[in-house]
Amino acid sequence: MADLIIKPRKGLAALNFGELYAYRDLLYFLAWRNVKVRYKQTAIGAAWAVIQPFMNMIVFSIFFGALAKIPSDGLPYPIFVYAGLLPWTFFSNVIRMAGNSVVEDEKLITKVYFPRLIIPSSVAGVELLDFCIAFIIYVLMMLYYQIPLTVQLLAIPLLLFFMVIAALGIGLILSALTVTYRDFRYVLPFVIQLWLYVSPVIYPVSIVPEAWRPLLALNPMAGIIDAFRSALLGSPFDFPTLIISAIVSVILFIGGVLYFQRLERTFADII
Amino acid sequence: MSTTDPIIEVQHLSKKYSLGKKREMYHTFSGVLVHSARSLSQRLIGRGTSQTREDFWALSDVNFTVQRGEVLGIIGRNGAGKSTLLKILSRITDPTGGQIIMRGRVASLLEVGTGFHPELSGRENIYLSGAVLGMRREEIDQKFQEIVAFAEVEKFLETPIKRYSSGMYMRLAFSVAAHLDPEILLIDEVLAVGDIAFQKKCLGKMENVAQGGRTVIFVSHQLEFLAQLCKRCLLVDKGKIVQDGPSREVISQYVKLVRSTDTMDLRTRKDRQGEGRVRLTQTWVEDMGGNRSNRIISGQDMKIIATYEVQEYYNCTNLAVSFAVLTVHGVVVVDLGTGTITPDFTENVPRRGKIECIIPRVPFNSGEFVYNALLRSARSGNEVEDWVKNAGSFTVEPGDYYRTGHIAGTASLLCIDHTWNILSA
Repeated sequence: MADLIIKPRKGLAALNFGELYAYRDLLYFLAWRNVKVRYKQTAIGAAWAVIQPFMNMIVFSIFFGALAKIPSDGLPYPIFVYAGLLPWTFFSNVIRMAGNSVVEDEKLITKVYFPRLIIPSSVAGVELLDFCIAFIIYVLMMLYYQIPLTVQLLAIPLLLFFMVIAALGIGLILSALTVTYRDFRYVLPFVIQLWLYVSPVIYPVSIVPEAWRPLLALNPMAGIIDAFRSALLGSPFDFPTLIISAIVSVILFIGGVLYFQRLERTFADII
Repeated sequence: MSTTDPIIEVQHLSKKYSLGKKREMYHTFSGVLVHSARSLSQRLIGRGTSQTREDFWALSDVNFTVQRGEVLGIIGRNGAGKSTLLKILSRITDPTGGQIIMRGRVASLLEVGTGFHPELSGRENIYLSGAVLGMRREEIDQKFQEIVAFAEVEKFLETPIKRYSSGMYMRLAFSVAAHLDPEILLIDEVLAVGDIAFQKKCLGKMENVAQGGRTVIFVSHQLEFLAQLCKRCLLVDKGKIVQDGPSREVISQYVKLVRSTDTMDLRTRKDRQGEGRVRLTQTWVEDMGGNRSNRIISGQDMKIIATYEVQEYYNCTNLAVSFAVLTVHGVVVVDLGTGTITPDFTENVPRRGKIECIIPRVPFNSGEFVYNALLRSARSGNEVEDWVKNAGSFTVEPGDYYRTGHIAGTASLLCIDHTWNILSA
C-alpha cells in the first residue's frame, strides 16, 4: 500500500475513484440503513413509496386535468402526469433528503473518516429503490390504458443516469451548504414547491412557446421529465430541450462534486 | 518502502481554528440582517473575512514519529490539543500546516458505537458499524460469530439496540471495534465503558492487539491504564508536545502539570455555546480558606468559582448559573444551579463578577471530576449566554466524610448520610 500523506488540501480536488470504490460496502450499508430506518414503526412500510406519487397523480388529475383542462398531448391525463411524477418525485426527494443528510450524520462526520460523498450518495440509492416501487404502479397503468410498448423505452437507462446525476449534483451542493447554513432546511421545501411549476410535470413542454423552451431547459428536470414521458408513452423526443438539460445535469454534477469536496474539509470543524 | 521506516511521521503539524468574534452589531434586527447578508455573501464563495475572526492554534509545530508495533500514549489536560491531534491523524479534519506520513492502513476509534443506529437490530448494527469503521463486508461475515460471542449478546441479535441495556450496547459496540484489523489503530478515551469485568476483557483484547505487532495510539486520562499498556507517552500542552519519553516519567510530569495549574482560563476556549453577551473568563476550585487547589478531600468544604464579564452593550440584570459535576466518564453526578434552592441573581449583577458555589461537606468519595459551567440570562426568555463543558476539574481524595474517624471506603462515587435499623418481621 502506498504511503498516505496527510496535509492541508488546497484548491479543487478531483474525484478519488479508487477510494470511493474501496468504500463501496459503506455506500451499500448506509443506503440499506436509510431504507430500514425510514419504514421502521410505520404501519404500511414501503407502500409509502407508492402513495406519494399516486396521491399527487389523483389530485393533479382532478385539478389540473379534469377542472383546469391542461392539455396532455392527447394522452389520458392521469398517466401523462404520473409519467412526469416518477422522475419528479425522485428528484425532489433526493434534493430534500440529501440536503439534510450530512447534518443528520453529524456523529459520523466528527468521529470517523470516509469519503463524505457517500452520505448524500446513499440517499440517491434509497430514492432509486422508491422509484422502482413507484414504477410498478406505472406498469399497471400502462396495462389499464393500453399504452403500447415502443423502442423508445430503451432510452430509459440513459435518462435515469441524467436524472440521478442532476439530483445528486444539486443534493451535494445543498448538503454542503446546510452544514454551515441550516437556513437551507427552511428554504428547501419552498424552493421545491416552486421548482415543480417550472418543470413540465403537470403540463407538457408543448404548451411552452418555442422561444422560451431553451430557457425552460436550463432546469435539468425539464428536459429529463419531458424525455422520460416521451420514452414511456412513445411520443417524439424534444431533442434540443433534452440536450440542453443533459448538459446542465453534467455541469451540475461536476460542479456539485467539486464544491462538496472543497467544503468537506471543514465539515468536522463547523458542523 | 522499507520496514525500518517509522510507520507514522508527524512533521511540523499545526491546526488553526477560527473563533467567531463578539457580535457587536447584533442589537437590532436590521443589524442582524445586514451582518448575515454580508457574511453569507462572503462565505458562500468560500472566503471568511480575516478581520472579523480570531485565530486559535489548537496545535503548533508538532513533531514525532512512531515505529511499527509501538504502543504510544498521549496525555494532556482538557483542551491541550490531544483530540485535535487524533482527529487529524484519523483524517476527520485537515491540518492547517505541516504533514503526516502514514505507512499503513489506519482505523480510528474515537467513540463507542460509531455508526450505530438505535432502530436497527444488533445484527444489522454489527454490519453497519463495521462498514463505517472501514471493514469490508466479507471481513464482517468472517468475524461475525466472534464479534457476537465476544459481546455476549447472542440472544439479542434480532432486538433493536434501542432496547439494549447500556452495558449490552457498550459491549456490542466495543466488540465490533475490537475486531478491526488495521496496521495502525487510533483510540480515544473509549475504554471508559461498561462493567469492570468487561473492561478487563477489553484490556486483554487490547494487549493482544498491541502484542500482535500492531501500532496503537491511545489518548486517555486513565493514567494507570496508559502506564500499563504503553512504553512511551507524549505529553501535549497548549498545542505543543512538551515531553516525549518513557510512560512513567511522562505521566509524573503530567501529574505535576495538572497540580500546578489550578485556575482554568476559559477565555481561549472555543468549544462554547450561547449568546455570549455574558462570558465566563476563569474558573477554579478552592477551599474555605481561599486556597486554590483542585485536590479536594471528601467530607471537607469546597467552593467552585467562576468569573465572568458582561459585554459592554448588554445590560445584564439577571443571571442564572449552574455547575454540573460529572465523572470523567461523562456521568452527571449532580447539577448545581441557582433557581433550585436559591433564586437566580436578579439584583446588583456586577459587570465583572465572581460567582461562588459553596459545597459544604463534599459528598464525592474519590476520583476525578469535571464540571460544566453554564450562564443564563433571563431578560429575553432565559437564554443561554455561555456554556462551557469541561470548564474545570478536580480530584477528590477519600476522607472522613462520615465523621467516624475513619476514611470512608473508596469503591464508590458518593458518600451519603444514612442510618440503619433492624426490626423483627
